[in-house]
Amino acid sequence: MARPVGIIGTGQTKHGKRMDVCYPELVREAVMTVFAETGIDPGDIDGVVSGTMPSMMEGIALTHFYFADAMQASGKQILKTETCGSTGVSIAHTAYYWVASGMADLVLAVGHEKMNEGDSQATMTTVAEPFYQRFFIAGAPGVFSMQSQMWTDRYGIPEDKLRDAAAYISVTHHNSAFDNPYAHIKIRVTMDDVKNARIITYPVRLLDVCPNSDGACAVIFASDKMIRKLGKKAAWVKGVGYSGEEYYFGDSDKAVWQAAIQAAKQAYKQAGIRNPRKELDVAEVYNPFTYQEMLFYECFGFCDFGQAPDLVLKGTFGRKGELPCDPSGGTLCTNPIGATGLIRTAEAALQVMGKAGDHQVPGAKLALAHAMGGVDQFNGIIILGSEK
Amino acid sequence: MTKEYKTIKTELRLPYELAYGATWTRFFEGMQEKKIYGTKCPKCGKVLVPARSFCPKCFVDTDKWVEVSQEGKLTAWSYTNYRYFGQPVDPPFIGALIRLDGTDVDLLHLVGGIDLKNFDEVKRTIKNGMKVKAVWSDERKGHILDIRYFEPV
Ligand SMILES: [Zn+2]
Repeated sequence: MARPVGIIGTGQTKHGKRMDVCYPELVREAVMTVFAETGIDPGDIDGVVSGTMPSMMEGIALTHFYFADAMQASGKQILKTETCGSTGVSIAHTAYYWVASGMADLVLAVGHEKMNEGDSQATMTTVAEPFYQRFFIAGAPGVFSMQSQMWTDRYGIPEDKLRDAAAYISVTHHNSAFDNPYAHIKIRVTMDDVKNARIITYPVRLLDVCPNSDGACAVIFASDKMIRKLGKKAAWVKGVGYSGEEYYFGDSDKAVWQAAIQAAKQAYKQAGIRNPRKELDVAEVYNPFTYQEMLFYECFGFCDFGQAPDLVLKGTFGRKGELPCDPSGGTLCTNPIGATGLIRTAEAALQVMGKAGDHQVPGAKLALAHAMGGVDQFNGIIILGSEK
Repeated sequence: MTKEYKTIKTELRLPYELAYGATWTRFFEGMQEKKIYGTKCPKCGKVLVPARSFCPKCFVDTDKWVEVSQEGKLTAWSYTNYRYFGQPVDPPFIGALIRLDGTDVDLLHLVGGIDLKNFDEVKRTIKNGMKVKAVWSDERKGHILDIRYFEPV
């Protein structure tokens, strides 16, 4: 049986186009913030987990060595976790497993990306091998838009309703970003702006898609014993799940996406969650695309398949809805990929610790954080609660 | 005004020569002869395309080569209308999943043969479930783009 583990603090950079700092300085900004916030002596950290999407995003290999100084990792055990878009949640999982195993009491998890320094879609396309898939995936938007198109067709969702629901999500998140001091894109958009924006990869339009962000996030995971010793409040890890499927995009069904369904199931089982829409107070769903966000609601059991657009339009997942999703503005407004899943985790932690500030969901006690990655291949979930 | 800091422009260019191995080699030799090959899993019986040496679900070696149909039905599609560095296919293009007749997985490729510059036309023409067939390049090199695209039948 795993030992109880909690998150005791989070640190985020101001995300955006950060040409004012070099990459290690960006990482240091998040790390210094979490140390300042928690008052933890960096010397007491047992191990450090770091990760990016593909390292080649910035043209520098094995960045955990490059950032060893910024993460104050010299003299410590260091691990790198890299699972494409789901990297951030995988970093959180790695830190969790490390502490839960009893091999460490304090682990620093750091996710980072500086997407404005390279060509993000060119880099991401290298995730696909150059025999076959690389010619057709069209970066991240290409595959995820095909997935959304498949889902729309499967459930016969009328185009008008779908575009309204996607626009509703975009407007809601862009508004929420104003309440998040770390968010990247802060613009007011209208339903019409979103619906009439330029097509990027149909059905996805410009305001349905996340930005390229520079940013880092640092989170400290601690053992039960250490949390008691420090007398700290924690966001307790209640469940983790990670699941994937075959490598080739065409080998498995993406409309009813088993990788997402199974990852959520594993995490719910550990957390004892039976009715996620009722029991969860908030979810930070990894939502680089509005359309795909609806598919995740369904795969995570927030509603039945084909039902998400109706509920979105009713406000079920809005800030004041039954299950607020991405009150931080989410990935749609901020996406430094290697950090993004850890930002979702940090945001979930802030919510259950009551520290989310202007985007706090009142009284949130149980939160889900999510990320996904690969050529539509893997999903990771972590569930955090205010009670052990 | 905040101060503008300096940047450095740099580039990585690395040569690779990746091995296809026997199965991909035979698949691409087939492409050169205008044939699409799949392999069949002895355990689940699925016909996998492109051909592979083992089944990704059952993890057993595939044991039978099958020349599959050059026609199939459209499962999903997306219209790509943006550019990135080194993009191997010029936009706009339609990336698509196609279930070739008699196979059990979707082939990822392009849909073409219509006016791609006109999106309204694309939307009117392209429908999930529609029949499409392979259009071959005259100059085939044993490459996935030996099929130029799949066009509506
Ligand atoms: Zn099989």
